[in-house]
Amino acid sequence: MTEPSHTTPSSGAPSDAVLAVRNLRKDFGEVTAVDDVSFTVPRGGSLGIVGESGSGKTTVAKMIVGLERPTSGEIYAAGHDRSKPARGGAERRRRGREVQIVFQDPYSSLDPRQPIAAMLDEVLRLHHEMSQADRRARVVELIDLVGLDERQGQALPRALSGGQRQRAAIARALAAQPEVIILDESVAALDVSIQAQILNLLADVRDDVGVSFVLISHDLAVVRQLTEEVVVMRNGRIVESGTTTSVLDDPQEAYTKRLRASVPGPGWSIDQVREAASLATD
Amino acid sequence: MTATTIETQPQPAGAGSPLLEVDSLALQLPVDGEYRPILRGVSFTLAAGEALGLVGESGSGKSMTVRAIDRILPPRARLEGTIRFDGQTVADLSGAALKKYRGEVAMVFQDPRAHINPVRRVGDFMTEVLRTNLGVKPKAAAERAVEMLARVGIPDGARRLDQYPHELSGGLLQRVMIASALLTEPRLLLADEPTTALDVTTQAEIMAILDDLRRDFQLAVLFITHDLDLASAVCNRTAVMYAGEIVEVRQSSLLHTDPLHPYTSALGAARPDISESAHRLQAIAGRPLSALEAPPDACAFAARCQHHEDVCDSSHPDLVAIDGGLTRCVRADDLRGRLGVSHD
Repeated sequence: MTEPSHTTPSSGAPSDAVLAVRNLRKDFGEVTAVDDVSFTVPRGGSLGIVGESGSGKTTVAKMIVGLERPTSGEIYAAGHDRSKPARGGAERRRRGREVQIVFQDPYSSLDPRQPIAAMLDEVLRLHHEMSQADRRARVVELIDLVGLDERQGQALPRALSGGQRQRAAIARALAAQPEVIILDESVAALDVSIQAQILNLLADVRDDVGVSFVLISHDLAVVRQLTEEVVVMRNGRIVESGTTTSVLDDPQEAYTKRLRASVPGPGWSIDQVREAASLATD
Repeated sequence: MTATTIETQPQPAGAGSPLLEVDSLALQLPVDGEYRPILRGVSFTLAAGEALGLVGESGSGKSMTVRAIDRILPPRARLEGTIRFDGQTVADLSGAALKKYRGEVAMVFQDPRAHINPVRRVGDFMTEVLRTNLGVKPKAAAERAVEMLARVGIPDGARRLDQYPHELSGGLLQRVMIASALLTEPRLLLADEPTTALDVTTQAEIMAILDDLRRDFQLAVLFITHDLDLASAVCNRTAVMYAGEIVEVRQSSLLHTDPLHPYTSALGAARPDISESAHRLQAIAGRPLSALEAPPDACAFAARCQHHEDVCDSSHPDLVAIDGGLTRCVRADDLRGRLGVSHD
């Protein structure tokens, strides 16, 4: 992705993009939550969507996975238009094999009554024609891939720690063999030492299976770690976009500069905070 | 080992004896019918006008430490050790003295919405203590509230007093909480992850406000956070907790370049760097231990430590003074100057 493109053709799916969003808009009554948002994610690439509360970043994620219906605009995943609700189960399942999502809170996004292995088996049964023996082997593989052990695979979510639950959620997303995984603040609630493990796991998964990530996050350091391209959203609109390195190292827009300056880090001081707080936002 | 005394920590200029002294605090709570350790020998001091960071992951005991100071521990908690405020032992306070203590120690929590009554107006909430405990007349109480709101960057305070909590954004509401905490003119502010639920730009604003208030009111601030970078940016000193005990106390500016404990160093290296991309992060293996899981006769961090040696498993390390800070590591001398955080 080079520009948050108004320059891409106005219809049809771009062939090199695994995900393309064009002129996306979402109104909730009088309020426009998402306004003219366009971006593309190349196959195997990763995009960060950065913004604060109310920026519309989560609404974009919800529209991509079909939890919200766009007011207008187009969404293409793996070449298929998904801006309208799916017609029938087959199309819904196909969409599930194209895009999966991992939420912030692994406590509420896993079924409390289902052991991890059974949950993964159910996803495999739904999406893939596999024999029981093949499914069992694949479940073992998935559990191993996300760094859980066999005992944890047989456990209920409540017996697992927060980091282990997030590993299980990632395994569930991978079970459908999607081309894109939306990570909606997926590491935000984790302890620092666990967050690093999950970020490394996600990098490994990408290297291993070539899946693309769309990372929705308020955490610029996490975005830098996991993505090559980034769009910065504010009040429903994209205010800046480009390669993650250039946007974070040399932000052009006042708002991006302020975001960047607000992040504490080594050598950061309260005076920088003051400067960041007083920087004009518009 | 160079230094020998415990009191080597830099104090802000003009500070006399510390305002808050926490000495060998040990806390036990009943877990499955049996008393288990939550805090183990927590000691630190805090002077007027000083900000001390208390950093740790889940289960490290940082919030329980603050609750012990605020005397809001769960029922049946067993507390040993001493907390002294302005020379007085906090556990002995009762009646008027306890009421006075509660006015002098204010607390700000992570989630302001969980600590404010949603069906009462902001002004009603803010002035309650002034009206009921200190006998201030409603009109005067409201004026003081408006004044204090201006101090935390809310210029139209009079209008805000008439609003309900749901009409305010998270950042605005947290400012209201800070302003109300300061209305009783406290000398110590306990801030438990006050910005964790807020956007990063709002966090920056709130931290700047807290820093101003600390200077203006000579307020002692105990700042609890999981964010080592944030603590080191806004606190004079930072104490790092792991498995219910303090493992390092260090001048904040040295936490990244010259940490004393391997856990502090590992924590700094595990965070992704905003100014540099790395293919892989230096993750810490395993998960953080709570005090009740920690081995009593060994270093609690040993199993996850990349500087681990046999000696780490055979004795429980003391908190010792070295290079102007404190560290709980038997290998502290060997590791001197070798723990600076690098993302390479």
